[in-house]
Amino acid sequence: MAMEEAREAVGDYKEGWHDPEHSTIRFDSGLSEEVVRKISKIKNEPEWMTEVRVKAYHHFVSRPMPGFGDREALEGIDFDKVCYYLRSSDATEKDWEDVPEDIRNTFDRLGIPEAEQKWLSGVTAQYESEAVYHSIREDLESQGVIFLDMDSGLREHPELVKKYFCSVVPYQDNKFSALNTAVWSGGSFIYIPKGVSVEMPVQAYFRINAKNMGQFERTLIIADEGSSIHYVEGCTAPTYSTDSLHSAVVELIALEGAHIRYSTIQNWSANVYNLVTKRGIAHKNSTIEWIDGNIGSKLTMKYPAVILKGEGSHAEVISVAYAGKGQHQDAGAKIHHLASNTTSKILSKSISKDGGRGSYRGMVTVSPKAENCKLNVVCDALILDDGSQTDTYPTMEVANPSARCEHEASVSKVSDDQVFYLMSRGHSEEEALAMIVNGFFEPFTRELPMEYAVELNKLMALEMEGSIG
Amino acid sequence: MSEKPPVLSIEGLHVGIDGTSILHGIDLKIKPGEIHAIMGRNGSGKTTAASTIMGHPDYEIESGSIELNGADLLELEAWERARKGVFLSFQYPQSVPGLQVGHFLRKSVAAIRGDEAAKGAPFRDALKSAMKEVSIPRSFLSRYVNDGFSGGEKKRFEILQLMLLKPKLAILDETDSGLDIDGIRVVSRGINAAIRGSDSGALIITHYSRILEHVKPDYVHVLIKGKIVKSGGPELALELEEKGYEWLESDATEDD
Repeated sequence: MAMEEAREAVGDYKEGWHDPEHSTIRFDSGLSEEVVRKISKIKNEPEWMTEVRVKAYHHFVSRPMPGFGDREALEGIDFDKVCYYLRSSDATEKDWEDVPEDIRNTFDRLGIPEAEQKWLSGVTAQYESEAVYHSIREDLESQGVIFLDMDSGLREHPELVKKYFCSVVPYQDNKFSALNTAVWSGGSFIYIPKGVSVEMPVQAYFRINAKNMGQFERTLIIADEGSSIHYVEGCTAPTYSTDSLHSAVVELIALEGAHIRYSTIQNWSANVYNLVTKRGIAHKNSTIEWIDGNIGSKLTMKYPAVILKGEGSHAEVISVAYAGKGQHQDAGAKIHHLASNTTSKILSKSISKDGGRGSYRGMVTVSPKAENCKLNVVCDALILDDGSQTDTYPTMEVANPSARCEHEASVSKVSDDQVFYLMSRGHSEEEALAMIVNGFFEPFTRELPMEYAVELNKLMALEMEGSIG
Repeated sequence: MSEKPPVLSIEGLHVGIDGTSILHGIDLKIKPGEIHAIMGRNGSGKTTAASTIMGHPDYEIESGSIELNGADLLELEAWERARKGVFLSFQYPQSVPGLQVGHFLRKSVAAIRGDEAAKGAPFRDALKSAMKEVSIPRSFLSRYVNDGFSGGEKKRFEILQLMLLKPKLAILDETDSGLDIDGIRVVSRGINAAIRGSDSGALIITHYSRILEHVKPDYVHVLIKGKIVKSGGPELALELEEKGYEWLESDATEDD
């Protein structure tokens, strides 16, 4: 115990504190068909959902671990030790005042209510397995925008959920999409009606508080013709000496001419496995953008994907990864050009420091029938010290000769002369490193809402602290 | 009678890198308002002297002292020296992709001259007039520090920083190299504006006497093989222009 506390006390991770655990329902750890059925029962779900969950569970059990990424770390996951469902509040509240005090304080500390007031269209806050707070601006609601937690979405709009659930990411996609489908709880359900533009972003915030927790939110966003939305998610967890598991599935559907931008700043503590499947389908002339920041976690394996199904559709994946001590960020992107005149852009930037490992894993395909596609892939890695590592696994499969493909990759090291130059302008070595790192991430941060960009820069400055020998 | 201490006082300075001695006993005093020039060929130790004063960690001080306005510099790191008022205009300024010039200037002014100096109208006005002085357009501010700059742009950007940071001691390492006549005129204008009529001192390091026609030094020192072999007034620069370094080199070798 003493050692555990000591370990929890170290490190610069700012969000590593935890509240006393409180639960109204907590399952014993471990997974079985019974657990899956029990989750569905508690949620009072329709029969079809229970059946999908059970099928997905059996697929999960029989499916081997992925054959790529950090296999050694993956083998370290003990699925029997994970708690698959924990409800800490009886209801999803619309007023922060009604959220249990401890939990409210947590989100206060993370700055969520403040951000909501200033610049968001809606907020959902998930704590462990369930959303504890949910709110959307009234003017959007009156325009027909649906923004709910996923459980409420299933209750209130079963036909939409049934139509699209698992339509972009089938549970058979991979072991972790099967796991998520079996035990999913929480997440967001969003529908934007034809022609409606949601000007200010909506945000979801995911917080794990309990030890050995598994969080399996499920998000489904449907942007109807000509609509647009920017969805932002953030996530943090306490630092514990035992591992937690976060395994989400996100499905996006951009109908004709729609625009979905999905931004993530993932800042899990260094004991969280973050194994997430994110994929969108882009119909005719629509755009899907993933802006994906991976700062925390023990191991992240995440490759936001876009299927360019409709002619003239566009995909963009801009991602950054920071791999510090004991961290492996295996991140990248997947884009499939199925239709003609589709365009895509991947920009991946990773930083490795203190023995961390950053990997870019990307795949872009162009199908034989897709004419005149344009692909652009840029991946840059910055290594801050000798023991750190970066690797790149780019794949391009182009089956149509009319495609225009560009690929650039670079690996650079921070040079002593660069640091000395900045130091000669009055900046300490740590500040100089933070300037170089923030500059390296700039193409990413400029895509974020300003508030997030500032937050991310501060976060990186914090990561540079105490890093100088 | 009390006299202000010299801006820069170097005594008996021996410096090496990776175990090889490069400077073999340098003595130099720069009083407030003085401009000194160090001239010498490539490899004579000029850049070593500049980097050592700024506090580059690769250079080892074997013996000797460096003081700024009477205070010891040797225990301070480069950023602390910068905050005390040492400025180095680099021969090869480093690029920092993604770091915007405007942001960087404001942060550097805040670090060295304090938050107040980096705020509001005073900062904007100072920036505007300094940019005008060294012919830098406004669009420059949103570019990334030295990223894709031409040689001339890099040097003008160094002088812009000099003007905004208002150091007590400005060291200009080969600021004229790679510049055409117009470029030299522009950076010289900036240097004069920053140093003349102030209490600051400047150390200009150069191969050629060209820049010294525009920024007239009070003293010229000739550095050969890590030693100052001759000092004089501005006329020494002209003499070197005429006669080269050879007539002084023979003296230096005899010494060794």
